[in-house]
Amino acid sequence: MNDIPEVIRTIPLNYYLYFSTALFCIGIIGVLTRRNAIIIFMCIELMLNSVNLLLTAFSSYRSDPNGQIFVFFIMAVAAAEVAVGLAIIVMIYRNVRSTDINILNKLKW
Amino acid sequence: MTGNFFYFLTFLTLFAAIGVVASKNPVYSVLFMILTFFALTGHYILLNAQFLAAVNFIVYMGAIMVLFLFVIMFLNMREDTEQHKPLLSKIAAAIAGGILFVVMIAALKDVDTQMKATAVFDSQIGMVENLGKVLFRDYLLPFELASVLFLAAMAGAVMLGKREPGEQNRF
Repeated sequence: MNDIPEVIRTIPLNYYLYFSTALFCIGIIGVLTRRNAIIIFMCIELMLNSVNLLLTAFSSYRSDPNGQIFVFFIMAVAAAEVAVGLAIIVMIYRNVRSTDINILNKLKW
Repeated sequence: MTGNFFYFLTFLTLFAAIGVVASKNPVYSVLFMILTFFALTGHYILLNAQFLAAVNFIVYMGAIMVLFLFVIMFLNMREDTEQHKPLLSKIAAAIAGGILFVVMIAALKDVDTQMKATAVFDSQIGMVENLGKVLFRDYLLPFELASVLFLAAMAGAVMLGKREPGEQNRF
């Protein structure tokens, strides 16, 4: 059972490139337009997932397992990042009673 | 058949991603995000990457999205509590993102992505058995370091979430 999967035969790899680019740009627009810190966090997850999908597509099309291992590590690091980030957001909410990033402008120069 | 399935999943992913960005209520954003991850899991299955499909399903849809939903309900956010950015900056952000998209498409349009050496193609690389062999043979040290990272993240989250002695007690 070593035949090429049907999606690799019928769909060009360029389609995955365009699709990942679109997903990444939607994530960027979300980061730029929203003010809720949790929504911004979720848009960063969207961008991470577009890169994950592109790495998986390259890895499957080139029949190279290393790309999928990298996707696994990206997922692990993203899970750790979400845990710490949400803890920070909850801590900020306890102190200033809001997750609006325009109130959290202490780090502006 | 698979082509139609690919187009359907792509449409579903992009639609749900736009829903994440556009919905006013944060709970709806999380639900759209779960739909996005569901469609991406379908993409992984189409690409014959079953290990990643399982990990995506369990870690992202199971753990991370529940964490997001829990925090949003915990903080009691409603759509009327979030102030919105002025319309001008929203339009500027959308234009900036769209221009980035156009530039990326223009740069990637002529990329040559032809596969070479299809004779040695192995369609089973995404299975759990093969990826496990690679993970525990070539990438053992990064795998162990990831566990240390998780320990540090867990300790950090507990420490950040702990209530300080002088902090206000009402929620």
